[in-house]
Amino acid sequence: MIGMQKVAIIGVGMTDFGELWDKSLRDLTVQAGLEAIRDSGLPGEEIDALYAGCMSSGIFVQQEHISSILADYCGLTPKASTRVEGACASGGLALRQAIMAVASGMYDFVVAGGVEKMTDILTEQTTMALACAADREWEAFQGVTFPGLYAMMARRHMHDFGTTEEQLSQVAVKNHKNGAKNPHAQYRRPVTIEQVKGSSLIADPIRLLHCSPISDGAAAVVVASEEKAREAESDPIWVLGTGQASDTIALHDRREITTMDATVAAGREALDMAGLTIGDIDLVEVHDCFTIAEIAAIEDLGFFPKGEGGKATEDGLTELEGQIPVNPSGGLKSKGHPVGATGIAQAVEVVLQLRGKAGKRQVRDASIGMTHNVGGSGGTCVTHILGR
Amino acid sequence: MPRYRIRSRDIATMWGQDPVAVEKGLGIIEKAVPGIDEDTITISVEAARDALKRARISPEEIGAIYVGSESHPYAVKPSGSVVAAAIGAVGRMTSADYEFACKAGTAGIQTSMGLVGSGLIKYGLAIGADTAQGAPGDPLEYAAAAGGAAFLVAADDKGNVARIDHTVSMTTDTPDFWRREGQSYPRHGGRFTGEPAYFKHVVETSKMLMEETGTSPSDFDHAVFHMPNRKFPERASKTLGFTRDQVKQGLVVQYIGNTYSGCSPLGLCSVFDVATPGERILLTSYGSGAGSDSFHITVQDGIEERRELAPLTGDMISRKKYINYATYVKYREKLNFAE
Repeated sequence: MIGMQKVAIIGVGMTDFGELWDKSLRDLTVQAGLEAIRDSGLPGEEIDALYAGCMSSGIFVQQEHISSILADYCGLTPKASTRVEGACASGGLALRQAIMAVASGMYDFVVAGGVEKMTDILTEQTTMALACAADREWEAFQGVTFPGLYAMMARRHMHDFGTTEEQLSQVAVKNHKNGAKNPHAQYRRPVTIEQVKGSSLIADPIRLLHCSPISDGAAAVVVASEEKAREAESDPIWVLGTGQASDTIALHDRREITTMDATVAAGREALDMAGLTIGDIDLVEVHDCFTIAEIAAIEDLGFFPKGEGGKATEDGLTELEGQIPVNPSGGLKSKGHPVGATGIAQAVEVVLQLRGKAGKRQVRDASIGMTHNVGGSGGTCVTHILGR
Repeated sequence: MPRYRIRSRDIATMWGQDPVAVEKGLGIIEKAVPGIDEDTITISVEAARDALKRARISPEEIGAIYVGSESHPYAVKPSGSVVAAAIGAVGRMTSADYEFACKAGTAGIQTSMGLVGSGLIKYGLAIGADTAQGAPGDPLEYAAAAGGAAFLVAADDKGNVARIDHTVSMTTDTPDFWRREGQSYPRHGGRFTGEPAYFKHVVETSKMLMEETGTSPSDFDHAVFHMPNRKFPERASKTLGFTRDQVKQGLVVQYIGNTYSGCSPLGLCSVFDVATPGERILLTSYGSGAGSDSFHITVQDGIEERRELAPLTGDMISRKKYINYATYVKYREKLNFAE
């Protein structure tokens, strides 16, 4: 990153993702944060600042101001602590803020975390909380929730490109297969294509097993300057590029609904910053809140031409051993989707993969990895490229 | 057991759900619906009369009546006193109503055990009965049913039906299901009602009972677990190591739904339909909120001559008349224009 200080991720931590009924928002935050700090090998007192991604703690657990909770319960007061919100992209945005803070030279040692505690309220309340990430006046008030919005994208994708229900289902099968190998995943079990296709219809053509679940969880990474990274005894993973883009919040205002322009722009920005092309990426964690989102993402990021994401998935090109392993962690689908934590958890996975510490889901010879984190139906997108 | 039944698939069709998926998912084919003139008290009285017929005692000898229910007709005014009057037990006796979601019936059995065991009373009458509520369109509507069972508890042995060898309970503050004062329908925590609520309490309490009695699943001829649907008790029994054959006779939820305070007690009654002297039964109730009562029961010789003195549970379950959703709405007074 020209003109800026080099930035590394030197520590990662995450909780299990799932229905963690015996853990509170602060329990999860502290657990992930402490694990990341321990992993960095540096003393916590040297931390300069904290950034926390969280979408809707106010509705989910009636607690706002979690920036203070984070500093307080991690024993880090009076360090600067800031909450970042961008719907399901909150975590990715918090990471980007931390990276920029270190790159600017202002800080040397920063923690970026993400957390969401979603299962304390009833499912319909959770659905309403998530619907706040859509356009309230033009979408949510009319009764549209996220499965409905993504169903429209899926339907149009099927119409324009011949994407099939099999292909939408194959994304879930592949991600569950990977998630079964991830000890932190909410669903550590494979599913068959018949199970996916036979699951309840949520919003035609989206079925239950095409959707990511409602989850609790937290994740954290320690972001450091080059100097600090050398000081630490951990295995630094370098931030090669970062990108962020916005689009209209309402789906109907988009140029087209099968492409997320924010993904295209954020992906290109990160690649340009890293001086890489998409072919250089060894693995990618994409935002598969619904399986159609993964198909669109791998096209919009440039891994496959538009309209061929479904076929690529069906042909096994996105499997762990495929041309480009997509969501080796199990993705949002199988690993779980505590919305504010997702963007950070993606970075945790890429760091583990690049360190060669991803266990049974290890991608062979991985040296460059990418994350792709989306807010809402594509109104916000944030990407990162990390390398050894 | 009320004679009206509504099929799960008729409720599912009404709400635009997949009838086959619902029936398969919950394992409930149909549920018992109370008639418009039936309530927890009338069900309790009928069950109590049958219990008296089998016990062949005079109602005046009953020293205590406990009615466990979460649908007592009155918020203030006991069901137990009405039951006492209806069966001729009023006078020198005590009574109280219990509420502990679906386990208030077994709680009454335990209280009666204490009173007869201490010699304070000769006979205790413990009843679990409900006309459970499920909000229109709520998944609870498939299960919330009506029915009840009554047990006369004594410390002496004059040809008893069964002997309670041991009981143990577990109680925690687990908010999985609740109905606040003045609310017509209960609310629930969705999937939270499973793992940390039902399964934790049912499995742990059953294990405690087996530990304290030095038994293992293979020692029991029958096992009855609270049955909010068919899946939960089947899974709990499998976790504990019971076979399908052991739980089969007590599993009546498919045909009557979840009768709440009457639920596991009715499962026990169904076992009494066929049980032979010497057989051992494990009974574990569950009440949201949450707790479980577990019992080690041994069937006694008295069952043979007393069984036929009143209608069998299985006969009451098969005596039925189907109603459609509209009639169900009428009988359950779900159309309320006053509010």
